[in-house]
Amino acid sequence: MDIRALVCRSIIVLLISFSGIAWSELVIRVTKGNDSPTKIAISPIVNVGNLPRFDISRLVENDLQRSGLFVATPREDMLSFPSMLKDVYFRDWRLLGTDYLVIGKMSSKGPNKIEIEFSLLSVASQKVIFRHKVSGSAAQLRDLGHLISDKVYNAITGIRGIFSTRVAYITAIREVDGMIYRLHVSDVDGAREKLMLRSHEPIMSPSWSPDAQKLAYVSFETGRPAIYTQNLATAAREQITNFAGLNGAPAWSPDGTTLALVLSKDGNPEIYLMDLQSKQLNRLTQHFSIDTEPTWMPDGKNLLFTSDRGGEPQIYKLNIATKAIERLTFEGNYNARGSLAPDGRTLAMVHRKTGAFHIAAFDLQTRRIRELTTTSLDESPSVAPNGAMLMYAMKQEERGMLAAVSLDAGVRYILPARSGDVREPAWSPFIR
Amino acid sequence: MNKTFTANSLTVLLIALLFTACSSTPVEEETSDTTTIQESEVTTAVVEAPVQEEVMELEVLADTVFYFDFDKAVLRDESRVALMQHARSLKDSPRSIRLEGHADERGTREYNMALGERRANSVKEFLILEGVSSVLIEVVSYGEERAAAYGSNDESWAMNRRVELK
Repeated sequence: MDIRALVCRSIIVLLISFSGIAWSELVIRVTKGNDSPTKIAISPIVNVGNLPRFDISRLVENDLQRSGLFVATPREDMLSFPSMLKDVYFRDWRLLGTDYLVIGKMSSKGPNKIEIEFSLLSVASQKVIFRHKVSGSAAQLRDLGHLISDKVYNAITGIRGIFSTRVAYITAIREVDGMIYRLHVSDVDGAREKLMLRSHEPIMSPSWSPDAQKLAYVSFETGRPAIYTQNLATAAREQITNFAGLNGAPAWSPDGTTLALVLSKDGNPEIYLMDLQSKQLNRLTQHFSIDTEPTWMPDGKNLLFTSDRGGEPQIYKLNIATKAIERLTFEGNYNARGSLAPDGRTLAMVHRKTGAFHIAAFDLQTRRIRELTTTSLDESPSVAPNGAMLMYAMKQEERGMLAAVSLDAGVRYILPARSGDVREPAWSPFIR
Repeated sequence: MNKTFTANSLTVLLIALLFTACSSTPVEEETSDTTTIQESEVTTAVVEAPVQEEVMELEVLADTVFYFDFDKAVLRDESRVALMQHARSLKDSPRSIRLEGHADERGTREYNMALGERRANSVKEFLILEGVSSVLIEVVSYGEERAAAYGSNDESWAMNRRVELK
């Protein structure tokens, strides 16, 4: 995509309010550019029977708008709130400029089981695109809402939705007894934040297992860096490494059996593989420079990593079997911490050409670099499992915040933190 | 000046009043005996020894924080001077030390971990070359995770690119 197309795309600024958590469910105000996103109306899902009061339609609206590809028809503009096909007057919706309409109803199916039946309609063709049922407990209402968003997004864009995914991140907050570091996991909209670890010592580099059941990370809780894994459901932890020097940058292999990591026990930082079962190490790099930040290619046979063996940090590719190394990036004087999109072709990375550090997309085939962000201290890109967006860490008024940008740079938004610094977002793989 | 003068006059007045109050009886002038003060000559009998002066070596505390340039791990001259002093004292009285390497916030976190370690290692190597036993030295890098100065500007960054000897 050329620069003009980038500029012409609508830049959507999403303003977000927040409450008791690092950030919370996003309330979005959209500033449109000259390119109109798809207009979709979510008719309030009718609550049949005595079910918990929860505005699931609003959650779906927020999800879809956060993708930047949709704008929701305001509820107050709707002339009716249909829940069945026979109540839909397509002409009314066409007058509102609505392209798609979601209708549905929620009903009780036995003790603690809620079922939502919903349909996606095309206003232009006056047709039902799909009818679908989802069910779960009262505690899973948010999950049901995100599932509806995923289905709708997928049907219209052809891309799998990421609204049911999660994000891990680190916060650092200065409190009365000093700096407190925390590792959190929350829904990707910021809701249901869960504390995984709290420490007076730094926590770094969260990395998801491919089944989204575990996290690997670095914690300094012993006074030295060490790599740990932690099960999200049970909170059970295991210390994986305890070597002298660096123990860092864990990255789970696509098959979940192996951790790529960085150890400096033999003098300087080198990339290793560790078999998680046997704890056997396999050293992959042999160089006196800094080798760090391994990230897996989807084939599980190659790694990308950062090295300053050429005098400055650049991205290299490493074949695990042959240990052959190839330099990939040449443009700019700092390219580091790659996060690969699932297509195995687009690498999001930290990039510096002049003074500022931006997030850029590097095309492994054409070797071209596109800058995606404009602020100056951007770092830690993490691509969503559908490859449409990425989250990264930025600084605003000297505070660390998370932000998201689409890989075509058309959509950007900030997730402001309540207090302290938020950093190192790690977007989960698809859940289940 | 004026104030002092007024205060003084008041005191004189007060004393004068007191004096008049106490001397209700006519004042008799006493003619004092004209005793002449005899000055005796005092000679100091104790002869003191000359003052002793001992030159003590002043214990100047060498810097324990060493600063670096951006993306560099090269020791500055002032760091070398301080480290030579540390090396001397560590050789005289060995103790375990910890070198904590740090980086500024620019660039990626794991790369900065490596950079912090590289800085701490260059301090370690200098101490070893000065004769300090390597078993006494532990190196830990904190990368950019433990800033000494908060702020996204040159001053803060310069403060954060450091190795701390503990």
